[in-house]
Amino acid sequence: MTIRYFLGRLFQGGLVLLAVATITFGLLYLLPADPARLVAGRSASPESVAMVRKELGLDRPLYERYVRYLGGLLRGDLGRSYMQRTEVRELILSRLAPTLQLTLLGIFAELAIGLPLGILAAVSSGRIWDRLVTVWAFAMVAAPQFALGLLLLYTFGYLWPIFPLGGYGSWQHAVLPALTLGLTGGGWYARMARSSLREVLATDYVRTAKAKGLSPWVVLGKHALRPALLPIVAMVGADLGVFMGGVVVVEAVFGWPGIGQLAWQAIQQVDIPIVLGVVLVTAASVVVGNLLADLMYTVLDPRVRYT
Amino acid sequence: MRQRWRKLLSDPWFLAALAVAIAVVVMALLAPLVAPYDPAQQFPEGITADGQPLPPGGKFVLGTDLLGRDLFSRIVWGARTSLIVGVLANGVALAIGTLIGLIAGYFHGWIGGLLMRFTDVMTAFPALLLAIALAAILKPSIWIVALVIALVSWVQVARVIYAQTLALSRREFVEAAVALGATPWRIMVQHLLPHLAPSLVVWGSLGLASTVLLEAALSFLGVGVQPPTPSWGGIINESQSYFTQAPWLVAFPGLAILLTAWAFNVLGDSLREVWG
Repeated sequence: MTIRYFLGRLFQGGLVLLAVATITFGLLYLLPADPARLVAGRSASPESVAMVRKELGLDRPLYERYVRYLGGLLRGDLGRSYMQRTEVRELILSRLAPTLQLTLLGIFAELAIGLPLGILAAVSSGRIWDRLVTVWAFAMVAAPQFALGLLLLYTFGYLWPIFPLGGYGSWQHAVLPALTLGLTGGGWYARMARSSLREVLATDYVRTAKAKGLSPWVVLGKHALRPALLPIVAMVGADLGVFMGGVVVVEAVFGWPGIGQLAWQAIQQVDIPIVLGVVLVTAASVVVGNLLADLMYTVLDPRVRYT
Repeated sequence: MRQRWRKLLSDPWFLAALAVAIAVVVMALLAPLVAPYDPAQQFPEGITADGQPLPPGGKFVLGTDLLGRDLFSRIVWGARTSLIVGVLANGVALAIGTLIGLIAGYFHGWIGGLLMRFTDVMTAFPALLLAIALAAILKPSIWIVALVIALVSWVQVARVIYAQTLALSRREFVEAAVALGATPWRIMVQHLLPHLAPSLVVWGSLGLASTVLLEAALSFLGVGVQPPTPSWGGIINESQSYFTQAPWLVAFPGLAILLTAWAFNVLGDSLREVWG
């Protein structure tokens, strides 16, 4: 990958983030909600609401606030929270580690569950294992995460109290949330790995490898697996971003103190700067995730060259 | 083609998915006839002396909820909510996606380029987070929830339709129509749209599965369909803090969501294989 290509992609990513910031800013501030009223309290007099509005800068016209917000973004300033009266950047940074942990553990669980099953299905093509894995994968893809999470909590936190009933801290706390993400996401990986590996197993060079008498394991491990897993790399890259914004539900079920929970509380209080900040951080992780996937592609497949 | 259909119609999983889908639709349409009780009625005998909900069995097949309401009846009515939101959101998403995909694909050039850049932006959006924020601020009703879901899910459709229109518009029959002096609008509606119908059916089915899941997630978080309207995600939300004592209040609505999303996923996927 040339440096030029990389810089070009970074620039594009920056444009995407600018667009995301603009759309979210517009949507959230044009909606009929009055943060000043909420901050001042229900029984506040019109004068004190006006004062709060002025204090929060909400009395300024929309375009002025927008320009000021973008200016702040360039300096890495995400603004101040309305309710908590602290820097949004600090709030997000303090919640980033738990979400990142959950995201990485979730991706690990997806791969650990999905890949072996997908490979098993592909090599036993058409037979009972293939059917079972396919049915399982379709069911998992359709499973609502919150119900699955609650049922896992019930089974392994209450009936057999192996793991804690939600919360954050030790590795035991992380098992069930990661498993929830891994089971539902693993379904996609199993389907993807199955179809991708089946395609590779049908190619001429794999047939040649088999014909010259290599054992099935060598054929699989040395020849088939690597090209078959390439599309998976792109999926992992995409998941990095999707999870950062999509773990809201799982964080809510398990009381996991990540940015999803932060955003969720902020949404209920119409604390727009926090919501904007979290949306931007997750969008940035989507951009970074896709870029990482492209980088990995060039490492794994020497044929791929970006120019 | 005929052979593929025959193979499909002898596939037990396809038939099972079809049966589930039909069952859900019938439940939704005939909810007052299928449900044994009024979903809002609070039965005094529906809770134990110390205020616990009843487990499955007996008069209440799937048990009762915290207010002594019949869970089965609420799940039947929940099917109606789920499908109304699903069909509405999905219909709007299909309409927007088709319109934009068609226009961008037919007039490729800068309009197509602009669309593709816009879909890039939309894929970077945390859809769930945005849906939650919009639904919460707009004070959720069944219509708002459907609209919000449509707003975050049309991009996928637009991409597929764009790619297909791009390929189709290079075919001879389109050139012939242009030569005969047909207007672009007429070409899109009369000549291109019929070719896109199979994709629309496939994506309609797959999209229904994901809208049902999204609605359930929103309702679970309390920003979806509001009580007293019964919804599957809402039932789980109401009984969330009670799940160790009454796991059936999570399991059965969860199963209803899973089966519905599963059925429409399998239907969409099977049809894609037949037409693809």
